[in-house]
Amino acid sequence: MTPHLEAYVMLSAALFAVGFLGVLVRRNTLVIYMCLELMLVAATLALVAFSRFNGTEDGDVFVFFILTVAAAEVAVGLAIIVALFRARQTVQVDKLDSLKR
Amino acid sequence: MEQLAFTTLSVFTLACALGVVLSKNAVNGAMCLLLCLAGIAGLFVQLHAYLLAFILILVYAGAVVALFLFIVMLLDMQGGQAWRPRGAGVVAGVVAAALLAIGLDLLAVRGRLGGGPPVGHVVGSSLKLYAYQLFTTYLLPVQVMGFLLLIAMLGVIVLSRRVAGPEDPR
Repeated sequence: MTPHLEAYVMLSAALFAVGFLGVLVRRNTLVIYMCLELMLVAATLALVAFSRFNGTEDGDVFVFFILTVAAAEVAVGLAIIVALFRARQTVQVDKLDSLKR
Repeated sequence: MEQLAFTTLSVFTLACALGVVLSKNAVNGAMCLLLCLAGIAGLFVQLHAYLLAFILILVYAGAVVALFLFIVMLLDMQGGQAWRPRGAGVVAGVVAAALLAIGLDLLAVRGRLGGGPPVGHVVGSSLKLYAYQLFTTYLLPVQVMGFLLLIAMLGVIVLSRRVAGPEDPR
């Protein structure tokens, strides 16, 4: 017996929630970034599941584009983090508070 | 059998995702992310999206996690302490958790996702179908993606140059 579409969507939502929890509770910018990636992958899982259960290929092709954008995003984001570390010598988010002052 | 594989893979994936969130050390977090992506690739295989599973392993587990590990190594960072709730963060977390729970409840109770088995014709396994879609229906997005990658590459080059401050003439 195959798992239903609901199971995949629930799993995707749970993964998204775990990633969101990480974004909220972690202080390290790099770990926050990893949790963002987790949320993105959770969304792709839902897309692939919907695509499979509806017999269309649009969701799969969309996941292609999501993966491409994610690769570009990781490259730019990590470059920003490195530039931030060079300027401030820290990547902990509670130390990066110059906009508060 | 398929149900058992799904349960195993989803528990494994969720446990690794929690490992990313809870691990003190950033390297351990990156390793957990790698395992989590492997689990998701397994789920893609179960959904007959073989090509996407392959690309996920290649791009994410291969390139992205390696990039993360490089940056962790370069910055020589500690994970920092987790679980230190702050005022606004707690409120945002509670609201977000409530919204997500309501959404899941609505999905479980009222959702009509079509509980039946997957529709017959398997698309994900055919590279030819992907290519046909990409170069007919999605031709414009493919071109835009190409430009996006080019812009991202240029952006990374600009960002990674050392910014010369006023007291740092070069």
